[in-house]
Amino acid sequence: MAHGPAKGISRWLFTTNHKDIGTMYMWFSFAMFLLGGAFAMVIRAELFQPGMQLVEPEFFNQMTTMHGLVMVFGAIMPAFVGLANWMIPLMIGAPDMALPRMNNWSFWILPFAFLMLASTFFMEGGAPNFGWTFYAPLSTTYAPPSVTFFIFAVHIMGASSIMGSINIIATVLNMRAPGMTLMKMPLFVWTWLITAFLLVAVMPVLAGAVTMMLMDIHFGTSFFDAAGGGDPVLFQHVFWFFGHPEVYIIILPGFGVVSQVIPAFSRKPLFGYSSMVYATASIAFLSFIVWAHHMFTVGMPLAGELYFMYATMLIAVPTGVKVFNWITTMWRGSMTFETPMLFAIAFVILFTMGGFTGLMLGIAPSDIQYHDSYFVVAHFHYTMVAGAIFSLTAGIYYWLPKWTGKMYNETLGKTQFWIAFIGFNLTFFPQHFVGLAGMQRRVPDYALQFADFNMLSSIGAFMFGMSQLMLLFNVINTILAGKRAEKDKVWDGAEGLEWTVPSPAPYHTFSTPPQVK
Amino acid sequence: MAETESNSSVAKTAAKLVVLAVAMFAFAVYVMPPLYYVFCDILGIDPRGSLVAVDENSEMEVDTSRTIRITFMATNNERMPWEFRPNDAVIEVHPGEVAYTSYFAKNTTDKHMVSRTVPSFVPSSSAEHFKKVQCFCFESQPLAPGESADMGLQFYVDPNLPKSITNITASYTIFDITEVANEQKMTQR
Amino acid sequence: MLRRAKPLFHKLLGSAILMGMLGHQAVADEVERWQVNMTPGVTPVSQEIYGLHMLIFWICVAISVIVFGALAYTIYAHRRSKNREPSTFHEHLGLEIFWTAIPFLILVVMAIPATRSLIHMYDTDTEVDLDVVVTGYQWKWQYEYLGKEVSFFSNLHEDSNAARQLGSGVDVNTIPNYLLEVDRPLVVPVKQKIRFLVTANDVIHAWWVPALGIKRDAIPGFVRESWAYIEEPGIYRGVCAELCGRDHGFMPIVVQAVEQAEFNEWIAQEQAAAAELRELAAQTFTFEDLYERGEGVYNRSCAACHGAQGQGVPGAFPAIAGSAVATGPLEAHLDVVLNGVPGTAMQAFGAQLSPVDIAAVVTFQRNAFGNNMGDQVQPVDVVQQQNQ
Repeated sequence: MAHGPAKGISRWLFTTNHKDIGTMYMWFSFAMFLLGGAFAMVIRAELFQPGMQLVEPEFFNQMTTMHGLVMVFGAIMPAFVGLANWMIPLMIGAPDMALPRMNNWSFWILPFAFLMLASTFFMEGGAPNFGWTFYAPLSTTYAPPSVTFFIFAVHIMGASSIMGSINIIATVLNMRAPGMTLMKMPLFVWTWLITAFLLVAVMPVLAGAVTMMLMDIHFGTSFFDAAGGGDPVLFQHVFWFFGHPEVYIIILPGFGVVSQVIPAFSRKPLFGYSSMVYATASIAFLSFIVWAHHMFTVGMPLAGELYFMYATMLIAVPTGVKVFNWITTMWRGSMTFETPMLFAIAFVILFTMGGFTGLMLGIAPSDIQYHDSYFVVAHFHYTMVAGAIFSLTAGIYYWLPKWTGKMYNETLGKTQFWIAFIGFNLTFFPQHFVGLAGMQRRVPDYALQFADFNMLSSIGAFMFGMSQLMLLFNVINTILAGKRAEKDKVWDGAEGLEWTVPSPAPYHTFSTPPQVK
Repeated sequence: MAETESNSSVAKTAAKLVVLAVAMFAFAVYVMPPLYYVFCDILGIDPRGSLVAVDENSEMEVDTSRTIRITFMATNNERMPWEFRPNDAVIEVHPGEVAYTSYFAKNTTDKHMVSRTVPSFVPSSSAEHFKKVQCFCFESQPLAPGESADMGLQFYVDPNLPKSITNITASYTIFDITEVANEQKMTQR
Repeated sequence: MLRRAKPLFHKLLGSAILMGMLGHQAVADEVERWQVNMTPGVTPVSQEIYGLHMLIFWICVAISVIVFGALAYTIYAHRRSKNREPSTFHEHLGLEIFWTAIPFLILVVMAIPATRSLIHMYDTDTEVDLDVVVTGYQWKWQYEYLGKEVSFFSNLHEDSNAARQLGSGVDVNTIPNYLLEVDRPLVVPVKQKIRFLVTANDVIHAWWVPALGIKRDAIPGFVRESWAYIEEPGIYRGVCAELCGRDHGFMPIVVQAVEQAEFNEWIAQEQAAAAELRELAAQTFTFEDLYERGEGVYNRSCAACHGAQGQGVPGAFPAIAGSAVATGPLEAHLDVVLNGVPGTAMQAFGAQLSPVDIAAVVTFQRNAFGNNMGDQVQPVDVVQQQNQ
């Protein structure tokens, strides 16, 4: 049973090992992160100054669309699935994932999905240019021919996510070590369990939405076409019924990571474990009943607006509970500030700010002014970049010694943090201002009044982009030339089963289940 | 022993989740659209119910104390080159009184074309009170090249119309559905 | 952080001085450089929104001070060099209840004024003085004064349009109101309840004028409503807020609010002009007149896609220079312009442009960019073809 990995490429092609698959997910998502980042650089370069300097508006629209799609479906989601693959079996004391072969498939169909999506750049009419939210009829009647490939790519991504989630749920529910009751599970496992349920519930809805688009485009149905008795607004309802839970899919595992990192470096147990679990569950539940707050300007009836406004405001309550718990965890701890902790603290601050703007956006009357402006762009980058990317980075630095058996360069890590932190805020903080002053989103050019803040924003974006290359360098440098991690328990304040196995974690762990007290 | 047990429970969990995923897909495609229109009807916003003829209610009382001013609007969707306009720009009616008006449509192209019109009302709360006894929007309208037609609309305003409403704007948008209509004909054959 | 807007008094004073100096309409609400906050606007609704926005903003600031203050304190006081022995407490039901209940109460406090404003915004039923139909097109707006027989299109101003082309060589900083100027603004009266009936002709657009507190999606096939009661005369600028394709960033909105008397005068002029245009359609023009008029029409309505030099965009929009249509049979050319080309981005201009303009632009296209066909179209020909 205790054999090592196969040699050569077949190790990666046919592997059913959760650590190998986790590693592949991480590298794939990082490649996608760089690709999506490159698109963002094109966007910020064009927006550096008013006037059109670099690209045609069509290409700009393809950039915004592909940036969103690649970052959401190619970078953030697979990165968290990678973390889940690596860490969940280690955290619950399981030898592997419950469905190892399906695990292999769910990874290997992803590269094909993104190859298909990327190939649309070379097609007639270009890549999808209708925004990552692809509102009909811009994405149906008025779409470039490549939309069909986009639809199939989304189908494959959806299938991959659903398979991955089924695997995670089956693992968590069935493979826990003896004594590892649900309420003893590390919070990262809890948040992923809830996320996986969200994924299984809403990815099929996205598949349904694109299927209806496909039917409208090629088979003469009229789901979203007013001419045939349909309604384009229906598309938005279906999309956001998926889309709102989707944003929590992106952030909940990040909550999990931060809930591991903060106690470790505060040397103090997580405050309010059970309230954290309930808060996560209630956020997940609420995410299903608030979707139309993305649509306050479509002209819903008053009753609808009021309902979605109230429901949305409620989300602030469990989210606030989480933030208060994190800060209380730190309270009277004995804190040190290694790179993972820095990213985790920045996460708490920046995500809270994203939460405040989220609350503002949830107030229907003022949303009339914020909607589809750069204020929204600032808001969701505060939650998705400072939320998902910062927590991912914290997780990578936190567990990297366990994965590789080597320590990363702390100075480089901290330098990266400060460049990322300053770059991020320089990019996105001014976007609040231009949004409030009236700059709409998804435009390649803008009025002169917005020029100063946009230039700042672009400079920040280049900084932030550079900081990610430093992360890449630091990880490669650790693998190739890192100092050996001396102890199994790399961080003296860390708790959990993953720190009981050697560093680097052997190819097979917990073949005999550990006993959890 | 323990292994087989856990394998069968894994299979059970996975099977349940697959069922959930399939059910959610079906929910999106088969349940959400009709449900959406049910909600539209309940909330009275562009109700689909208004695309079905109502019977003329002879026992209905005409409320002569109120006069409702109805403005008719015509919009051509981008790919619709027909001439399309209301024959009466404004009509004044009492709630409960059955009125008749028509829209003029002319196919200005040299091709056979089929059109469909979609109604929409302002204020939106008036939509459910604008009762159509007979309307060209119930059906598609084919016109030969150069042919023109007056398309009829027989309606009344429900006396339950909220007192605050004195003006209703009825907007009809005309779409070209020639392609869709031809495709449907092909599949019927 | 966010700067309070100038008090209304100063604003009025500023406008009064400006008016006195220029002897011209007050410019009441322009976006400034480095502007960091929302405009309070010039309607009761926009001012309510602004008040609500500032209320939530200050509540968030207050919460931030508490939360981030606690965070900063703990980072300072509870780091290892100061506090070697961590506490072990990890639960407190009372605290959890406390920080669930307090935010909830704060939310209730926010919800009350928000509900009130929303109800006010939705009051589109009562006593409307003027109905304006706003129709979104790729990529321009059409305004129709319902029942007044005045209707026109509003495009991006040609100076902005020329400057914003890739490689135009024009310094956009020299263009006044770059990307926020149109050829024909929407003129409306002040101190009247104006209802906007918003719809679209192709894809979804959104009509957003911050100073009016209006952002309403324009959805093809459906009419959505919004209203404004503008309190001060002035020029209010806005943009399309919903991604609608290639030139989504290039279809601004300009609303010019004037006194009622001025508005009446303006609408009478427009009605007269429309009548005159109908008369003009019966007249015969010289080639030079048509060509010159056609050049202007081309720059406004065609150049965005077909290029200022008729060069088109390869793979997306055909060139006019040397094209089969512009150098082919006249009647077919006219048909394309009047009725569009189904299934492509070529729109039907028959409803958008007057017969005179169509005759002019077709004449221009057939004789510019080296096409040199030497023929021309008269408005009567256009009317005749339209009625066939």
